[in-house]
Amino acid sequence: MDEICTGLCRLMVDSGADAGLAQFVSLLVGVLLVSGVPLLTVILLIWIERKVAARIQDRIGPNRVGPIGLMQTFADLLKLLGKEDITPTAADRLLYNVAPLVSFASVVLIWAVVPFTPFHYGVDLEIGVLFFVAVASFGTLAIMVAGWASNNKYALLGAFRVVSLLVSYEVPLVFALLAPVMLAGSMSMLDIVNAQSGMWFVVLSPLAFVIFYVSSQAETGRAPFDLIEAESELVAGFNIEYSGMKFGMFFAAEFLHVFTNGILMALLFFGGWMGPLYYESPLIAFAWLGAKGGIIYLTTLWLRNTVPRLRIDQIMAFNWKCLVPLSIANIVLVSLALKVLQELDMAPRQLIGASLVDMLPATIVLLIINGALTIYLLGILRRRGKDARREAQAAPVQFARASAD
Amino acid sequence: MELNAISIGFVVFTIFTLGGGIGVVTTRNLFRGTIWLMVSLFGVAGYFVLLSAPFLAAVQILVYIGAIAILITFAVMLTRSVTRIKTRYIRLVPSLIASLALFLILLLGVTVPIFGGVSPELAPETVASTRDLGAALVDENGYVVPFLLASVLLTGAMIGAIFIARDDTD
Repeated sequence: MDEICTGLCRLMVDSGADAGLAQFVSLLVGVLLVSGVPLLTVILLIWIERKVAARIQDRIGPNRVGPIGLMQTFADLLKLLGKEDITPTAADRLLYNVAPLVSFASVVLIWAVVPFTPFHYGVDLEIGVLFFVAVASFGTLAIMVAGWASNNKYALLGAFRVVSLLVSYEVPLVFALLAPVMLAGSMSMLDIVNAQSGMWFVVLSPLAFVIFYVSSQAETGRAPFDLIEAESELVAGFNIEYSGMKFGMFFAAEFLHVFTNGILMALLFFGGWMGPLYYESPLIAFAWLGAKGGIIYLTTLWLRNTVPRLRIDQIMAFNWKCLVPLSIANIVLVSLALKVLQELDMAPRQLIGASLVDMLPATIVLLIINGALTIYLLGILRRRGKDARREAQAAPVQFARASAD
Repeated sequence: MELNAISIGFVVFTIFTLGGGIGVVTTRNLFRGTIWLMVSLFGVAGYFVLLSAPFLAAVQILVYIGAIAILITFAVMLTRSVTRIKTRYIRLVPSLIASLALFLILLLGVTVPIFGGVSPELAPETVASTRDLGAALVDENGYVVPFLLASVLLTGAMIGAIFIARDDTD
């Protein structure tokens, strides 16, 4: 009881409340906070996303409702709530209505294992990283269900495309996650962050970070992998039949998922709340995490608004012929190097509490390995690109003749 | 049975597991059937949590709901008349006998100590952690041989699947 009952609960017990009730209330507050913070964040995120997109496209973005357009999302929210809630007559009613909820819940559930500071977290699961992957697979399920339950062939086709994309990119994502897990020797989020006290994992295993970044961009369905909606060309994908707030929930889930991935990358690769003076106050630690997550989030927005969309066969080929082999090779090399270094006593066996000096030899060796792998990969990609260009330059001759007729 | 969080959880997950199972066999809609199957598998994941095996619970959700059930939905989409199945399996007596026999065998297997007996309740210190599970899989006194055999079998199956699915034209 003493270990569970801390903070607010302790305070309530001291002022004479029933111990069981106090524990229940403090747990309830915790649950409400962990689920409420992401729900409120998403409202702000939509505004940020629209502003950033506008700036990149040389526009101003929302600027009419409220100061610098801050209230725009609330206006949109009211509009979505006020819209007619249409359920197609031929739809599978139950599944059609459940899908948006599952989609949103799959993202919010991730926040249960996100440690905000060394002391403030929903729950520190022994299998934190695996929990995140398992929960994210519900998102795939939601899209499949939405596409099918709409009883619309375009929705179903859209769902097929998305699900094949999501299922494929889950493979390199999980392999990339293995790198921080192996380095930290634990799947708990808290342990992984603490293990980065000597050196951030992005330095120890930059390739794993790149793979994770690319596949999480694909998992959220952002450009260059935005086949999910392809907003600029198609009507919509799996969510074509959805209207009002149900449609809004799919979108809120997507916006939140992007930010969640930013925070996860900050935790797994950028030392989470580690930074100057983080031990002084939980607030500073939280600020560090927010700043790191926010910067990564902004880079994903930048990428989204800059690069063009890939074809589905290109996306699949890139995943199965490049990312998956690369992630497997990365795991084999990193684990091998780490074990050899530990046997030679050049790397600490326990990373938690290790200092920068302890980590230096391991860092240099791992960086060299990662660099060599990157150069090899770039060589292959270059060769493939040259071949593809040669083919493309050979083909247009026929194409031009055909259009001239 | 004492009414605590674990027993309430057990009841809830049992409802999920059995209810999902009943849904699978009674629905006329194949797609809903797969969804019910997922509900049932989710209930089993809940049992793993109650048995302090969170790793297995996460793997259960990741592999069965995230991968296999999605694969089943893909297969279901390729079948005809997904929503209105008219044909029924009518040989009730043989299936009744078969299911009863299976149930009896399982019941005997669990209650009669043929396969190492029944341990009443695990003490907290004997509950294996994820680390122990990982160590057991690669320990020569543990499960390294079955683990390797299963890996070889799966690799073989995968290569076989690729070989069969290959287009012969190129």
